[in-house]
Amino acid sequence: MSDFKMKDIEWAKINEDVLASLESPRKAFWIVLAVCFALVLCGVAAEIYQYNMGLGVALMNNPHYWQTYISNFVFWIGMSHSGTLLSAILLLTHADWRKPIYRFAEAMTFFSIATAAIFPVIHIGRVWDMYWVLPYPNQHAIWPNFRSPLLWDAFAITTYATSSALFLYIGMIPDLAICRDKAKGWRKKLYTAMSLGWMGRATEWIAFQKTYVLMACFLVPLAVSVHSIVASDFAMSMMPGWHVTSFPPYFVAGALYSGCAAIITLFVLLRYLFKFEAYMTPEIMDKTARLTFAIAMAWNFLNLSEYASIWYSNDMFEHEMLIDKFTGPYAGIVWTMLFCATVVPFAMAWKKVRVNMWAMFVISLLIQLGMWLERFQIVSPPLASNHEPWTQVAVWPGLVQMTITAASFGWFTMLFLIFCKVFPSVSMYEVKEMVYHRNKHGKKKLQDLDKIKDDMIKTEEGLS
Amino acid sequence: MSLSRMLENWSRLNQKDYYKDEPIMWGMSIDLNKCTGCASCVTACNAENNIPAVGKEKCGSGHTMSWMRIERYWDSPEGEPDLAVEESEYPERGAHFAPMMCQQCNHAPCEPVCPVAATYHNPDGLNAQVYNRCIGSRYCGTNCPFKVRYFNFFDYQEDIPHPMEMLLNPDLTVRSKGVMEKCTFCVQRLRNAKGDQADKGIRGHVEDGAVQTACQQSCPTDAIVFGNLKDGESKVSHAWESHGVELNRHEQFNAEGERGYRVFEELNVEPSVMYLDRVRDTNA
Repeated sequence: MSDFKMKDIEWAKINEDVLASLESPRKAFWIVLAVCFALVLCGVAAEIYQYNMGLGVALMNNPHYWQTYISNFVFWIGMSHSGTLLSAILLLTHADWRKPIYRFAEAMTFFSIATAAIFPVIHIGRVWDMYWVLPYPNQHAIWPNFRSPLLWDAFAITTYATSSALFLYIGMIPDLAICRDKAKGWRKKLYTAMSLGWMGRATEWIAFQKTYVLMACFLVPLAVSVHSIVASDFAMSMMPGWHVTSFPPYFVAGALYSGCAAIITLFVLLRYLFKFEAYMTPEIMDKTARLTFAIAMAWNFLNLSEYASIWYSNDMFEHEMLIDKFTGPYAGIVWTMLFCATVVPFAMAWKKVRVNMWAMFVISLLIQLGMWLERFQIVSPPLASNHEPWTQVAVWPGLVQMTITAASFGWFTMLFLIFCKVFPSVSMYEVKEMVYHRNKHGKKKLQDLDKIKDDMIKTEEGLS
Repeated sequence: MSLSRMLENWSRLNQKDYYKDEPIMWGMSIDLNKCTGCASCVTACNAENNIPAVGKEKCGSGHTMSWMRIERYWDSPEGEPDLAVEESEYPERGAHFAPMMCQQCNHAPCEPVCPVAATYHNPDGLNAQVYNRCIGSRYCGTNCPFKVRYFNFFDYQEDIPHPMEMLLNPDLTVRSKGVMEKCTFCVQRLRNAKGDQADKGIRGHVEDGAVQTACQQSCPTDAIVFGNLKDGESKVSHAWESHGVELNRHEQFNAEGERGYRVFEELNVEPSVMYLDRVRDTNA
């Protein structure tokens, strides 16, 4: 435990530091925000153009019906999984190093889901009729097709978005109460409404803890099922290269992998922009990097087993597809992906790298590039290596698709940064808990800690 | 729209051989020996079904809409797999052509994946596409092993210069952008034929030859035979029978002189279109 410098932070200082992050970020914050906003505007322009002209301007064509919109969808859904992992699984396993970083990981979950949910809208041909995928009573007297994985997607995304938003919000209530007590102006109104009259009574804490753990227990299987359903979009089809039984676990592992990389990226970004150096310590980065490395190995294993199961199968089309992936027109994509997602993570074997913020920043970006390409090489090359020989032509995403892809990154980062500016992105109460535990069970005790505890008990008695 | 209605429909759909007792199942037989690759079927199909001519540029970018296409293959040298001949070589002989359109699969891969049930199997054995219902997710297209579904990537109908819209066939719709379309076996003709029969008081039976698809009608060598597979007297069921092709099989076992097969049968999609293999005199 001695490796955590955090025990030296005092409780009042935690409040001050985190609340300061709401007021005075570095100048770079505004620059990043402006860049993201500009990207979003470009994306909106591209989408308006595509909406008016038709999807053909995105350079998809007849055998190549699906492209980056679907790979982006899978990528963003995937990214949302690590928030749940860090938050829920590590909560249930009592890994308390998660505490300073789980809030932003949860926010990342919610905003990447929000980004992912845009892509089906961009992807489909008649977006104005999109609500038809929902089973609502209607005069057509027709239900959606419950056998379609796309319909399951619609259910999965709405469920996951709702519950991850709830999880994020519930976990934030005690902190919102702290903000309410300190804030002024419009922030005061916002936090007052959102903190639901939280007073910090013991009964409230008990109810809160129960709800929070229950939500965590609910979210873990939900997260696994959501990405399995996304994997079924491919695994349930009969396309060579998509029809792979191991896709659901492969997708879940890939989701956690890219999500962990995203957490590292945002870790470094937040640490710098909001001056969280005392909270997001290199030691926590070390643990996150180890977790990422473990997941990277799981993903690599599943990737290899996918190749092996195709290689040892007796399906001519699948064979052709696999060989085409490594030697065909998309070979560059596949090899870059393998470099970024298989070779690069081995840099994390050295502790020097794991605790170096900027090295980890670069590594995490490379991993994310690899994982984005992974989604692209799942979606696109099989469409160019099909049963029908005439389809075997590579089609590359055009300017419209790439603009919208870039815009999605801008959109996500913009929402995320606005969240961090408005809401405490480090959980104050959990960090306090952590400091308390570390001091109680560690060697050096925080001064007056017992006194504070006694005061708390007295206040509780007074209130009840 | 009640829950009972939904449950009722689903229980019916889950029955085995749901359409077993329906009197009509449209099917086709294409004799590759007779096919010369003239593409008049493609032209006829375009005219009949209001298929837009997309122009040279969009054709190049892969936005062609023809529901029917002529696939050209070259006979491979002895012992080598098909497609081994480079396209650019254009050998003197050995080309063969396969007209390819929607195979109206009985176990259609496109049907279960559509989120809004815009494509479904109708009682006549057709794989029907409901344009009004389609939201354009294009999942059906990706899951089709024949890749015979065509997506309206642009609003082609808006490009038709003024008097030319008079050329459109009034029996069926023009499709707007964002909708998937495909060969329907000229369903508008089939409906008319059924309607004519119903006017005479005959239901559930269409005389063989009373209805032709546009491609069949225009084929100069009569390579395409179309009709009701459930009518034992029809030409098409004769063709299926005499060439040893049966439904519900993954592989056809042709006897001597029989050359029938269905494309990608091993995928168990149960196409309603049978092809007759091309025969060559290797000594000539």
